[in-house]
Amino acid sequence: MSDLETFRSETKAWLEANCPAEMREPARDEADIYWGGRKATFSSDAQKQWFEVCRDKGYTVPAWPTEYGGAGLAPAEAKVLRQEMAAIGARPPLSSFGIWMLGPALLKFGTEEQKKHFLTQIARGEIRWCQGYSEPGSGSDLVSMQTFGEDKGDSWTVNGQKIWTSYADHADWIFCLVRTNKDDKYQGITFMLFDMESKGVSTKPILLISGSSPFCETFFDDVSVPKSYGENIPGYVGEINRGWDVAKYLLGHEREMISGMGGGEHTAAIGAAMNRHSAKTGDELDPMLRGDLAMFDVDALAFTAMSEKFMDEMKAGKGHPAQPNMMKYVGTELNKRRHELMMTTSGSRSLEWESEETSGGKPSKNWLRTKANSIEGGTSEVMLNVISKRILDLPGA
Amino acid sequence: MPLFHNEDQAMLADTARQFMAEEGNTTKQLRHWRDRDCPDGFGHAIWKQMGELGFTGILVSEDDGGLGMGHVEAGIVLEEIGRNLTPSPFLTSSVLAATALGKGSNDLRGRYLPGLILGESVYAVAVDETAKHRPEKITTKAEKSGNGFKLTGKKSFVVQGASADMLVVAARTSGSDGDDDGITLFAVPKDAANMSQEPVRLVDSSVASHVTFDGVDLDGDAVIGEVDGGREVLNAMLNAGRIGAAAEGVGVASGAMDMTTDYLKQRKQFGKLIGEFQALQHRAAHLYSEVEIARAVTIKAQQLLDAESENADLMISVAKAKVAKAAGLSVKEGVQMHGGIGMTDEYDIGLYMKRDRALQEFLGDAYYHAGRVAELSGY
Ligand SMILES: Cc1cc2nc3c(=O)[nH]c(=O)nc-3n(C[C@H](O)[C@H](O)[C@H](O)COP(=O)(O)OP(=O)(O)OC[C@H]3O[C@@H](n4cnc5c(N)ncnc54)[C@H](O)[C@@H]3O)c2cc1C
Repeated sequence: MSDLETFRSETKAWLEANCPAEMREPARDEADIYWGGRKATFSSDAQKQWFEVCRDKGYTVPAWPTEYGGAGLAPAEAKVLRQEMAAIGARPPLSSFGIWMLGPALLKFGTEEQKKHFLTQIARGEIRWCQGYSEPGSGSDLVSMQTFGEDKGDSWTVNGQKIWTSYADHADWIFCLVRTNKDDKYQGITFMLFDMESKGVSTKPILLISGSSPFCETFFDDVSVPKSYGENIPGYVGEINRGWDVAKYLLGHEREMISGMGGGEHTAAIGAAMNRHSAKTGDELDPMLRGDLAMFDVDALAFTAMSEKFMDEMKAGKGHPAQPNMMKYVGTELNKRRHELMMTTSGSRSLEWESEETSGGKPSKNWLRTKANSIEGGTSEVMLNVISKRILDLPGA
Repeated sequence: MPLFHNEDQAMLADTARQFMAEEGNTTKQLRHWRDRDCPDGFGHAIWKQMGELGFTGILVSEDDGGLGMGHVEAGIVLEEIGRNLTPSPFLTSSVLAATALGKGSNDLRGRYLPGLILGESVYAVAVDETAKHRPEKITTKAEKSGNGFKLTGKKSFVVQGASADMLVVAARTSGSDGDDDGITLFAVPKDAANMSQEPVRLVDSSVASHVTFDGVDLDGDAVIGEVDGGREVLNAMLNAGRIGAAAEGVGVASGAMDMTTDYLKQRKQFGKLIGEFQALQHRAAHLYSEVEIARAVTIKAQQLLDAESENADLMISVAKAKVAKAAGLSVKEGVQMHGGIGMTDEYDIGLYMKRDRALQEFLGDAYYHAGRVAELSGY
């Protein structure tokens, strides 16, 4: 047996022994997702148990080095773990912006001490992070952002406003783009890290069309941000005034993560499930709808192959560096289409906003939530702009 | 196995890319033969050259004198064929017929494979009986007669049928029209008595035949595989051909896309390069995404087929359908974004559109394969 096959059988056995049955069901809502952090509570014993065994084995971040709380798995091993987890439908033990976004940026740009300090906290689910990028006047044109940090020697005094800050009201710390030089648009931004409990930080939730308030307006009123949290632990990532490089690198990872929200490598075909669903409610699939479902399944299954290829190429350092933009564009458009088809298949039942049958209007709320997929982390139009410019090398883009 | 080419495969791709670009380009092949009204629709010289390079026997086992490679490797050659629109018997002979023959007797393999490997023989495949791909329904009959069979029926749109030294024919030996069982595959030599062909030129300048079997006598040793158990050989042959056609389609899609993005960087209107217009940029970027996905699912399906995975059938249909959509988009956007020049015979972009149309129909279009995806998924 090859080493990888040995690893596969060990992984299977480990998952069998350690992943509670309840954690093998798809997450139904927010409460089923464990985000970690100082304010976190577990929604069930199974959730707690699953998180703790994974944390102790480094499986909250399997591919990170062991000295930062990961399991140090090689790309091929990490792929096997993903496949085996998918095979039993295991939920991620910990979800977090720290894992998806800040972590990769720190791994690339952080100092050794910074990595030890912050990455370990992320891996162990101790600190929950939020992302302070967008501002009221700066969305797609992010680099025009104005939140300003005045240099006070050992610290900055930060003033300004962020918007659409996901989970700002639940987060412990923020990674935040702050202008530190007003004369240089691209080389005048610093990528700062600070505690959301700092004096002068306040948040105000915004209600979404889906009925929930997962994001906030975030205000900074004379917030003091230290330049250092200890020896070789700067309060910013990369260099002062060079935060835009970090910001862009992080966006690549964010886009990769969002592209997988419809399932990524495991994007499911939905036709069979929709057919069963119709049969159960006494309906028959409309033949025209069946055709659309089949065409959707073709696209969805083809995208699973694309996701697998994308991951394989990234890990081997082969893919185009701008490829996450393509993945994000296609993945989010597919996810929107999936929910449109699910709504249509369920008919009027899917309109119910609070009924028990729909567990509180889940179909419609989830459907509405997917509409944000092609906006958050950069809109589809912006993704197409980036593909044109960086991959196709089209002029003037 | 990662979803990209390993070193050996990358080397093969380099060889194939260079060879097809130099020898298989439209000036030397497609236009050359088309403008001379060549009855074969392809040149025999390039077929021999492919034999010298070993391409012809890529799917033939080493025991039989071939390279014993898989569908990933065959796909590498086909992608370059697609990119250069190189007309050749590769898909019909080296992919479809070779797959069927690989399941045949020692005698059949000895009779037909050496000529194929040398790039001397051409073989065609006669399955469909109507203008659409419907391999479920085979009515051509082969009735027992003496020690052999008597073949009666009609096959339509047999690609390169009239150029072929032998036709692989799917016929019914028992059961009724829609049955899975009762199918047998035969190797029918071109000079068989009572077989007639009516060749027609197609939109992409290839030539297909309507073939009539009017009581063709066949020996028992013309049978490929088992009598009445031919569905298995037929399916293996179709799987190989479908994923092969998908790989060629990826080449067509990429070739057309590259031509188009190049044009966006050259053509000026309103004092600007047309590639500066965002309306065109977004369409080009969307097209790029679709073509990348088509390529990814094609490699996935090739690997699954090579690994004899039970998932191969499904992913082959996904690939054939996805490629059809992506390549269809590529050639249509290609012609449109070229403007008037895209409609001229002088420019190759229209040739891509024609080849794509023929590949769409070959072994099942996007609708056929999406339908198959639904059936295989249980709805
Ligand atoms: C659910 C959700 C969560 C989010 N979470 C966070 C978060 O945690 N932190 C954070 O910082 N931000 C977050 N965002 C903000 C998100 O990144 C922005 O909404 C996004 O970048 C778009 O900016 P905007 O809303 O200002 O839209 P605009 O930039 O004003 O765009 C409006 C429209 O114009 C189009 N457009 C703009 N520029 C161009 C162009 N050059 N070419 C073509 N079309 C163009 C856009 O595509 C869009 O259709 C979140 C957003 C959502 C919906």
